[in-house]
Amino acid sequence: MQYNIKELKGSGFMKQKEKDLFSVRLRVVGGYIQSRQLPKLAEIANKYARGHVHLTTRQGIEIPYVHFKDFENLKKELAEVGLEVGACGPRVRTITACQGKICSHGLIDSQKIAKKIDERLFGKSGLPHKLKIGITGCPNACIKPQENDIGIMGIMSKTYQQDLCNFCGLCVEVCPVKAIKIKKEKLEFDENKCIGCGDCVFSCPTGAWEKVGEGYRLFLGGKMGKFPKLGIKAIDFIYSEDELLRIVEQAFKFYKKEGRKGERFRDTLERLGLEYFIGRYCD
Amino acid sequence: MNEVKIDERIDLSKVICPMNFVKTKLKLEEMKQGQILEVILDDGEPIKNVPRAVKEEGHQILKAEKMGEHWRLLIKKT
Repeated sequence: MQYNIKELKGSGFMKQKEKDLFSVRLRVVGGYIQSRQLPKLAEIANKYARGHVHLTTRQGIEIPYVHFKDFENLKKELAEVGLEVGACGPRVRTITACQGKICSHGLIDSQKIAKKIDERLFGKSGLPHKLKIGITGCPNACIKPQENDIGIMGIMSKTYQQDLCNFCGLCVEVCPVKAIKIKKEKLEFDENKCIGCGDCVFSCPTGAWEKVGEGYRLFLGGKMGKFPKLGIKAIDFIYSEDELLRIVEQAFKFYKKEGRKGERFRDTLERLGLEYFIGRYCD
Repeated sequence: MNEVKIDERIDLSKVICPMNFVKTKLKLEEMKQGQILEVILDDGEPIKNVPRAVKEEGHQILKAEKMGEHWRLLIKKT
């Protein structure tokens, strides 16, 4: 029986140093795994591997020490509980996401967005290099969207009504970027400093700060590895989920079409410029 | 705002997160609907976390005022 390393890598089987053994990466979205799937994973790890799994840095699971002869059976058994193998190589990789709205800071449904992006783009190939996408629910950025080629952050838009304000100063205290000042019963707000975390709204006793809506901030070109760079803020506020999904798909197309072999998204973006991407792919 | 009648008081200075919130919540649970609880909190993390958590539980914060290195909250149980 022969195997093609490149093909296997594309479908989530990564060759180990040990002869004929592979680490099998699963397709996991935003670290979400159902309890019904876990016993099956344990069973598979015992039956086809060495009785353990590895938790990846992108919230996924890998099963190391699988012999290539067992691939087909392993895939069948994974499918019994709705699991499948993941992706490596120059493809759209595991989509990472925080728990989103169940977190008291979460502004967007990161898990839902992750699933939708996964449905549209996961594993897609024909790319110059890997493409990593991460979704974080708020500016606390637990998922580290700035480390991803495409990073998405939930943010809040809000409004202030002076007649409801009692100038208690709580918002001044909780604002992490000191965008709010109170001087003699007058509140000053510096919109340029605001990062959209919504802490003022969450804390305001009187409702003077009120949420208008949620949106998405887009970071592009983040990467780690040997030459780490943080993603740059490409679009400050995307107002709807549909528009966000459209722009993410456009970013994928941009990278696929414009990227040179071996370039990460950041390299392509730096070579052509953010304005090029925005002008040609987002309008 | 005129000062309201305070039914219960709890001093949570030097009590760290999340115990300050837990103690606030337990105190509120003992109280009747509409009663007022006065809470003293440290500035920094406690004042960043407790008011929002109290709001998330559906209670109303009537007043928040800074007193030196502490904050005084008046919470109406709903």
